[in-house]
Amino acid sequence: MSASNVVAPSSTNQSGKPPVRAGIKKNRRQQSRWALYLIIPTLILLAVVIGYPVVTAIVMSFQKDAGLDPATGLFVQGGFAGFQNYAHWLFQQCMGTDGTTIACPPGNLGSTFWNAVFVTFFFTVTTVILETVLGLWFALIMNRAFRGRGFVRAAILVPWAIPTAVTAKLWFFIFSVAGIANAILGAHILWTSDEWASRFAVIIADTWKTTPFMALLILAGLQLIPEDVYEAAKMDGASTLQRFWRVTMPLLKPALMVAILFRVLDALRIYDLPAILTGGGGGTGHATTTLSILVIDQIRQGFNSAAALSTITFIIIFLVAFIFVRILGTNVVRTQEAQQKGAKE
Amino acid sequence: MTAVAGPAAATAEANALPRTQTKRKGSSRRRNAGVRTGVQAVVIVLWCLLPFYWMVVTSFRDVGYTFDTTPWFTHFTWDNYATAFSTNLGNHLGQALLNSLIIGVCVTVVSLVFGIFASYALARLDFRFKGIVLGIILAASMFPGVALITPLFQLFTSIGWMGTYQALIIPQISFALPLTVYTLSSFFREMPWDLEEAARIDGCTQAQAFRKIILPLAAPAVFTTAILAFISSWNEFLISSQLSSDATQPVTVAIASFTGSQPHQEPYTAVMAAGTIVTVPLIILVLIFQRRIVAGLTAGGVKG
Repeated sequence: MSASNVVAPSSTNQSGKPPVRAGIKKNRRQQSRWALYLIIPTLILLAVVIGYPVVTAIVMSFQKDAGLDPATGLFVQGGFAGFQNYAHWLFQQCMGTDGTTIACPPGNLGSTFWNAVFVTFFFTVTTVILETVLGLWFALIMNRAFRGRGFVRAAILVPWAIPTAVTAKLWFFIFSVAGIANAILGAHILWTSDEWASRFAVIIADTWKTTPFMALLILAGLQLIPEDVYEAAKMDGASTLQRFWRVTMPLLKPALMVAILFRVLDALRIYDLPAILTGGGGGTGHATTTLSILVIDQIRQGFNSAAALSTITFIIIFLVAFIFVRILGTNVVRTQEAQQKGAKE
Repeated sequence: MTAVAGPAAATAEANALPRTQTKRKGSSRRRNAGVRTGVQAVVIVLWCLLPFYWMVVTSFRDVGYTFDTTPWFTHFTWDNYATAFSTNLGNHLGQALLNSLIIGVCVTVVSLVFGIFASYALARLDFRFKGIVLGIILAASMFPGVALITPLFQLFTSIGWMGTYQALIIPQISFALPLTVYTLSSFFREMPWDLEEAARIDGCTQAQAFRKIILPLAAPAVFTTAILAFISSWNEFLISSQLSSDATQPVTVAIASFTGSQPHQEPYTAVMAAGTIVTVPLIILVLIFQRRIVAGLTAGGVKG
């Protein structure tokens, strides 16, 4: 049972024997040449739409933002900034009136960086845990045979199909002061403006929207576990709980890890929900400001500083992915490659 | 909310009932297990459908009764849909729908044209650096959109592309193309390619084998991938909200910035109507192609 199977559930039929090559038997070198011709256009296009902006952003992040020179009062074009833009975000260093670096005054976007890091990671950890637990429950139910299972599987696709922007507006209505959430709870919670309430509003809406996706990925993993493993466990007298912890979970682990990795990387770049549901701020004005929102807030105040922040965000996401793959052994690429070769791990 | 639960619970109960009846001869433990599964299934269905149901109910409710908590359709009116499409208040929902369609079709077509060849190579050919290519595509699909926006914002401003369609289409290829390659290559891997050779042996030319065997087999995979790419484009918000103008903004941006007749007063019912308009075609599409979409989603492993 390899993690790759999650990503392509029914590929197991190919494993074992090498796939029969069609047409003229090509040798590896010929195939490599063909593959090159077929893949190069995609790689070039990706280099244009992703590679170029990323490299440009890194170059920009080392330039000073154009603005008034504090010493002379004249408008000056940027120039080389070194790591100044990075220091602005990481250490809250701003340019003082005499041209030296000082601590950023309150209200400056730079001073909200670590808050945005906290908010982003708080959202990521809570939503991924909630979505994993609920998604596992959904998947376990959907994996059972019962009448109406098709209906449940259709219903589960509804939250997934609703655009996030619409989801945000829908929950904005549900969480309005006179809305249905407060009516049911009999409370007067300021869901979109109180500091912690607005954070939980985002978490609840995100969990609602994304749990189905998680459930589908986990279900695909569950369906790969052969029935006879359970039969054998039953024969040996394992209880339901034992079967879950000793059979289901170990066999599901690779699938679960890939699903969690995808969700974590997706959650770290969350923008739409907090931006619309709580107006990007919520409560103190920064209660739900994630790193992505902070970048957008900064763009109109200075490109180069925004480029530094987006590069920091990119590096954070890259590091999390790297640590995840190293520690948990979720080698997505290698299992993908093994699967592409039709080989069993 | 119990009244809302009523009809849905009844259907699910009806679903669960025959099972408990067939199990009548079985032990009572198994019957209880069936009931428990049924109850949990009902909870899941309600969790997924109730917020959506509330959006639809509100969209048909007279604006004067916006915060009415009656769980079924009351004060029924089509006015909100008229308001949603009205351009008097500075909203352009009709134009936005058209924009989303234009952008979505362009992004999907470009991604497919490029992605089909790459997917074929990844699924069918054996070559060096395959792992690296897969890694690049996987990494690209996980790429934060926010890392692209700053340089694009500056670039498009300086060349006068702000608010144009191409300024919205090009960045979206960054996530639609990896999604396409990823999903399509895992579909392609599972196709019975042996049939191509069999057709050749039976006397088909290479072109005939491609047209009569491969194309009909690949069509559903390509179609499903197209739907997923289109949905991902249709739902995009971050990049469009920054680079679009009033004339080119897609529906997600239009709905997020929907304005009512009164300042500082959210036009909830009209927004719910707009949300329903944007969502219902997607839900119909998803329900019709449910099986294939689930296969594509889990194959791609990337959120669409």
